[in-house]
Amino acid sequence: MLGFGNFEAWISAIDGTRMAPNAIELTGINKSFGPVRANKDINLAVHKGTIHGIIGENGAGKSTLMSILYGFYQADSGQIEVDGKPVTINTPNDAIAMGIGMVHQHFMLVENFTVLENVMLGAEGAQLISGSIAKARSELKHLEEEYALEVDTEAVIEELPVGLQQRVEILKALYRGAEILILDEPTGVLTPAEADHLFRILKQLKDQGKTIVLITHKLREIMAVTDNVSVMRQGEMVATRKTSETSVEELAELMVGRHVLLRVEKGEAKPGDVKLAVENLTVKDSRGVVMVDNVSFEVRAGEIVGIAGVAGNGQSQMIEAIAGIRRAETGRVLLDGEPIGVTGDADPALLRKRGMAHVPEDRHHMGLVLQFEENENSILGYHADVEYLNGPMLDIEGIRSDARDKIEKYDIRPPNCRLKTANFSGGNQQKIVLAREMEQDPAVLIVGQPTRGVDVGAIEFIHKRIIEMRDAGKAVLLVSVELDEIRSLADRILVMFAGRVVGERGPDATEGELGLLMAGVEGEPTKEAAE
Amino acid sequence: MAAPYAKLPGWVDYGLIPLVNLTVAFLVAGLVVLLVGENPLRAAQLLVQGAFGSGDGIGYTLFYATNFIFAGLCVAVAFHCGLFNIGGEGQAYVGGLGVAIVCLAFDSIFPWWINLPLATIMAAIAGALWALIPAWLQATRGSHIVITTIMFNFIAASFMVYLLVGPLKPVSSMAPETRTFAEGAQLPRLDWMLEMFGLTIRSSPLNITFLLALLVSFGVWLLIWRTRLGYEIRTMGFSPTAAKYAGVNQTRIIIVAMLVSGGLAGMMALNPVMGDQTRLQMNFVAGAGFVGIAVALMGRSHPVGIIPAAILFGMLYQGGAELSFEMPTISRDMIVIIQGLVILFAGALEHMFRPTIARLFHMAGGGALRPAAEPGE
Repeated sequence: MLGFGNFEAWISAIDGTRMAPNAIELTGINKSFGPVRANKDINLAVHKGTIHGIIGENGAGKSTLMSILYGFYQADSGQIEVDGKPVTINTPNDAIAMGIGMVHQHFMLVENFTVLENVMLGAEGAQLISGSIAKARSELKHLEEEYALEVDTEAVIEELPVGLQQRVEILKALYRGAEILILDEPTGVLTPAEADHLFRILKQLKDQGKTIVLITHKLREIMAVTDNVSVMRQGEMVATRKTSETSVEELAELMVGRHVLLRVEKGEAKPGDVKLAVENLTVKDSRGVVMVDNVSFEVRAGEIVGIAGVAGNGQSQMIEAIAGIRRAETGRVLLDGEPIGVTGDADPALLRKRGMAHVPEDRHHMGLVLQFEENENSILGYHADVEYLNGPMLDIEGIRSDARDKIEKYDIRPPNCRLKTANFSGGNQQKIVLAREMEQDPAVLIVGQPTRGVDVGAIEFIHKRIIEMRDAGKAVLLVSVELDEIRSLADRILVMFAGRVVGERGPDATEGELGLLMAGVEGEPTKEAAE
Repeated sequence: MAAPYAKLPGWVDYGLIPLVNLTVAFLVAGLVVLLVGENPLRAAQLLVQGAFGSGDGIGYTLFYATNFIFAGLCVAVAFHCGLFNIGGEGQAYVGGLGVAIVCLAFDSIFPWWINLPLATIMAAIAGALWALIPAWLQATRGSHIVITTIMFNFIAASFMVYLLVGPLKPVSSMAPETRTFAEGAQLPRLDWMLEMFGLTIRSSPLNITFLLALLVSFGVWLLIWRTRLGYEIRTMGFSPTAAKYAGVNQTRIIIVAMLVSGGLAGMMALNPVMGDQTRLQMNFVAGAGFVGIAVALMGRSHPVGIIPAAILFGMLYQGGAELSFEMPTISRDMIVIIQGLVILFAGALEHMFRPTIARLFHMAGGGALRPAAEPGE
């Protein structure tokens, strides 16, 4: 089980930090959930005062391993040492007591509490909090100064941008005396600039002697910020490398277990007629806040238009409005020149009939019913089509054989159309949605976050399919917060910021240029498309 | 995407866990019996004997079970749409009005086999209409269905009292009930069916509605798992956002699901009104609508689970009555306590033992289980 690479890393590690005990040392960790072995004989050594990256595909067991370390789960067997001392961690409180802090992917903050209240929460110290508030405030100030993590302690969380919310999470951990900080996919919600800022903070924390474990699936982040990196695949620790001695290509191959194409191969786009036209679209969210502000653009047959932007800048509301799920305030959306009634009676079922397919951003809540069998999800939204019906009855046999065809064509695993959808991995769930939407042979395909939470191997497949759709003359509208994905797939890139399209660029736009637009740094004409 | 709790095989999920819950419920009930100074084993024996020991006992058990099947189906259909309809009691009560209207009008004109379908339809319509206003309020105004349906139970009760002491009461009578239906509105008993199994019947109210209940159970299964409407109901119940995405009209589906649910509750009235008392009386529902919640929970909202759960509660009703007759210290209220314990352990605390059983199960058989659980093909 023990990879050869691991051994090498140990040797090199011994050279560097011979004397200090490891901040964390895991030996022979096993964890099973029923028949699923999520962690198999994991060994991991994280040296004190380093940034250690852990990468792996979804379901490789990274989160399970970190949950064991943080006390959410108990390992079936194996040993945990913190600072050279064997320990048992039964609850997160045990972990905190040992100086382990965790910053979760989804922030664990009380939205309508202030920063100070959030930091104190669970560490109030006494029944009456007035005394401890003063103490906490001064301590928090001290921490902010020491680590250059300025946040207004009196600000209410929901009014802070995500980058600052994350900082509060880090402060929370430090306030509890964390010496070892685990960050789970910390950059998913950040702009490139915010991510850079986070990395500077992490490096500074490292310089002050903290140990950082960074879980991510973004290879570039690993290269940019870590000292060592461990790769997990299918519950096993397959390799540990010094970051300076490895490459993106090697890590990708280790993650997937085979060679992968990181850049998608595609030819020139041959744009045809305008299939989808969005005119002056304005959409408000349920609280009445304008989320999409007077947006106009067109998508032609045979091209992929990518919408770049940091999550939460109106992309979600925009595609929901275009797909007829959310009512728009003003504006028009034309499908094949015909308005679809976005401000009134747009009906997703009717839009499907008119040739619009929609792969939603949130497959867990929107694109799939996780409790359904796979075949039941393969007709979601198309369940009223005559081909799936016998009068009012569902044509169960027809639906199942249709699902089996799609499973084969899209290589969905396990190939069992009776399996509950929740039991498929993220990548395979996404393939279920893609298969359903693409096999309807739509004229317009709207794709939101096609590879969110999807493993590298499946990403390659999904990207290929999207390009195939383009080459087959479909109009594709792609929304993604992964800038790399937009840059490698889109023929034209629109950048959204605060509900508006703030710029249009060609596929050769640099990351820095797009990053500035995404951060709302304007001052450029919005039309200078690179043809 | 490893699920934190791995799936258990079906026989554990649907067999062992309910059995453990039931056992615990009866153990606690046994303690209660012990406290009032009776022998719990003998009490249990009397209860089972009362329910299944004679042809009449079985007849009564199945008679009560018929009510609970309808009530359980009513709750289950709403559950599938993500709605908690606790208004089965009121919907069944008003359903009785539908039955009575048909019976009073046609009992001396048509034979029972024409009146039964008519009464079934009217009962379903009456029950469905009683569910319509809460459904409409939920679908268009977001008024919580739990609040509105329970309030409608009270309204139904008062409304029916008004009708039974007024318009529906024969002029000369002093009892708050309708006149007794003529033969054309009296449903055939199923004594022959029990006698086929070699049982002797002296008097049992079990009637043809029991068979109707089984038929309707099958119909509900078809509806929920085999029709487009059922697909939309389940989509809505599991994930309203997915339903929206799929173009399901949410207002419509909430109302339709509640109409079906109310209609099923309404049909319950056939059994006591047309099958047993042959007149509309006050409080003929007698809490069956609420028992339906427990039945649906225990039966996991699936007809295959609802039928045995309904029979179990039928057994508690019938056996309980016999028990309090034989052991005067165990009053009717004690029986309600036992039923309450069953509901508590089988319904509300359904997940109490699950983690422990899952852990034990995987410790004992985890290794051996693996090949079977790995999705092959």
